[in-house]
Amino acid sequence: MFPELNNLLNTTPDRAEQGKLTLLCDAKTDGSFLVHHFLSFYLKANCKVCFVALIQSFSHYNIVGQKLGVNLTMARERGQLVFLEGLKSAVDVFFQAQEKPHPLQFLREASAGNLKPLFEFVRDALKPVDSGAAGWTYPVLLVDDLSVLLSLGLGAVAVLDFIHYCRATLCWELKGNVVVLVHDSGDVEDEENDILLNGLSHQSHLILRAEGLATGFCRDVHGQLRILWRRPSQSTSQRDQSLTYQYKIQDRSVSFFAKGMSPAVL
Amino acid sequence: MATVATCGGDAVGVGSAVATASKSNVTSFQRRGPRVSGTNDSGPRLVSITGTRPSVRNGQLLVSTGLPALDQLLGGGLAVGTVLLIEEDKYNIYSSLLFKYFLAEGIVNGHTLLVASANEDPANILQELPAPLLDNCKKEFDEDVYNHKTPESNIKMKIAWRYQLLPKMEQIRPVSSSRFGHYYDASKRIPQELIEASKWHGFFLPEKISPTLKVEPCSLTHGYIKLLQFIQNIIYEEGFDGSNPQKKQKNILRIGIQNLGSPLWGDDICCTENGDSGHNLTKFLYVLRGLLRTSLSACIITMPTHLIQNKAFIAHVTNLSDTVVGLESFIGSERETNPLYKDYHGLIHIRQIPRLNNLVCDESDVKDLGFKLKRKLFTIEWVQDNYLRQERNIYPPGFSYLLKQKDSAWGEGSLQHSTFLMSFLAKGMGFPFFQLKLLLKDGFVLIKKGMLRDDSLRCSHSAI
Repeated sequence: MFPELNNLLNTTPDRAEQGKLTLLCDAKTDGSFLVHHFLSFYLKANCKVCFVALIQSFSHYNIVGQKLGVNLTMARERGQLVFLEGLKSAVDVFFQAQEKPHPLQFLREASAGNLKPLFEFVRDALKPVDSGAAGWTYPVLLVDDLSVLLSLGLGAVAVLDFIHYCRATLCWELKGNVVVLVHDSGDVEDEENDILLNGLSHQSHLILRAEGLATGFCRDVHGQLRILWRRPSQSTSQRDQSLTYQYKIQDRSVSFFAKGMSPAVL
Repeated sequence: MATVATCGGDAVGVGSAVATASKSNVTSFQRRGPRVSGTNDSGPRLVSITGTRPSVRNGQLLVSTGLPALDQLLGGGLAVGTVLLIEEDKYNIYSSLLFKYFLAEGIVNGHTLLVASANEDPANILQELPAPLLDNCKKEFDEDVYNHKTPESNIKMKIAWRYQLLPKMEQIRPVSSSRFGHYYDASKRIPQELIEASKWHGFFLPEKISPTLKVEPCSLTHGYIKLLQFIQNIIYEEGFDGSNPQKKQKNILRIGIQNLGSPLWGDDICCTENGDSGHNLTKFLYVLRGLLRTSLSACIITMPTHLIQNKAFIAHVTNLSDTVVGLESFIGSERETNPLYKDYHGLIHIRQIPRLNNLVCDESDVKDLGFKLKRKLFTIEWVQDNYLRQERNIYPPGFSYLLKQKDSAWGEGSLQHSTFLMSFLAKGMGFPFFQLKLLLKDGFVLIKKGMLRDDSLRCSHSAI
């Protein structure tokens, strides 16, 4: 996790809020550093984490996690981390017919499927063990990323249903958190992606939006991060708080600064 | 991902870059080299595969794309286990050339090839590969290098003096066959004996599927399914994924798929506006990447994206690929007559570079890249050099100019280095003096005053 981002979000692993949906969004840049942040954050907070990694392999997250101070292999071995590696599972489900429904069963179907098997996988991974010996604080679901599900043929409604079920089970029933990443296509007209993004934005408690600079590539400032705190349940006129920072990604951390205050300039 | 496992902490291997890359990366692969005990002579203590080298940044195993200039732009080469997607130029001239360079590099390094095409027999594709330039061609090569160097590059730039400080794009010198990355002569065919000595598998779509076959609706186009099964079969049979204990494969499988997405593959993404309603191509890419990630292979795909009308689809394909490079040739376009581009055959856009095992990636600072193909060299250069030469011709020194500010990039909070021509009036002061006022957002004004050195009109700024 990045200590500077914790300061900006005003959280620490010990006293993070529970029952929240966090939406990570990136537009014209790569927002995967936010996924690495939350993965290491919740592992350090001693939560039981289910990570649905659809876009990269396990070793990628493991190596970056080591730079951020968490060991994913050990977390997986002691049962703290349940890792669904999308790429490897896709090969399994595609080439061999499975007896029981596989989380990525929709890859075998010709018409648009639904994500019920995936939800059941998540629910089984995160339901509290009755023996109570493990002692994890609360469950967390992390998905990287949801736009891949749209590219693979699922409709936006199916993905929204999946998130709805996850929220009902994890956030409301088990008092855990859900963190998802969605790409914003920007000026490219992608109707399904816009439906998904808008639907999730309305449900989220916290939105982190990584954007590329409007003026293009810069070596010292990699992008801009917009943080938006929301209260989706309350319809009062209380304004949502929003902050904007610029950031630069380094080898082991990300530094944040106010707009225009990059160390390269001062 | 395939990375280099260092045995016992001491790293010996290809090139000097290994010394900085010695992290023991645990992957689905563990490759142990034979330990040469005691002897301090040449035996390598680390099993290294020919034609690969570890990345300086994170020890990732890289292969050459066949074009050293492109390798440099991609951060050293193409990572094993990833997909390189080439967005074809309009008439598929230069993209097929890049495709052939990739395959020829595989032959020269002794890698196994898998060539898949729907319109051309893979045996014919291999016959047309360019001939590699090895040490015995050094003399002819030097002549070409001499002609290539423009006479102006030795002249000290007066106006654009800052650009003289930028590093040159590519080191041009002939290499022997044991080096990483080779040069090819596009006008000569590869020697027949090299093709015969190499191991290759071909997938020619018309041979693999019969048109009268009744196909039930399933999740992917029939051609794509066959291709995936073919690839998976080769990977498993020849041991590229390490699952077969009898077959310890210490070689790279280079996969080349030509014109993926074209109608000849049975896909309608290039024909209709809402094509690919079955998401065939994206599912294919996803499963293909899953196969690559768990094997010692690298894949090049050329795709006619200029035919795809659904732009959102191209964004999906980009997100599902690792490295994406777009080619834009000037043939038949209005840019052919533009004096700015007269030395180049087209532009090359590096659209995406993957961040593998890392938070950052090696993105090049230079974004305007043009390429030109001469007989022996495919070079990639920064187009701006030409632009500056044009400007110098337009504004010869010794006169005073009132110039409009252009190419300004003062977005709010932006920190991009931007170059602009400033307005100044030499009011008989004896030296060029300028004052620049810029109105920024929220009422801020940036005032810069100064003197121009030499007769330089160019200045680079960072703004708040």
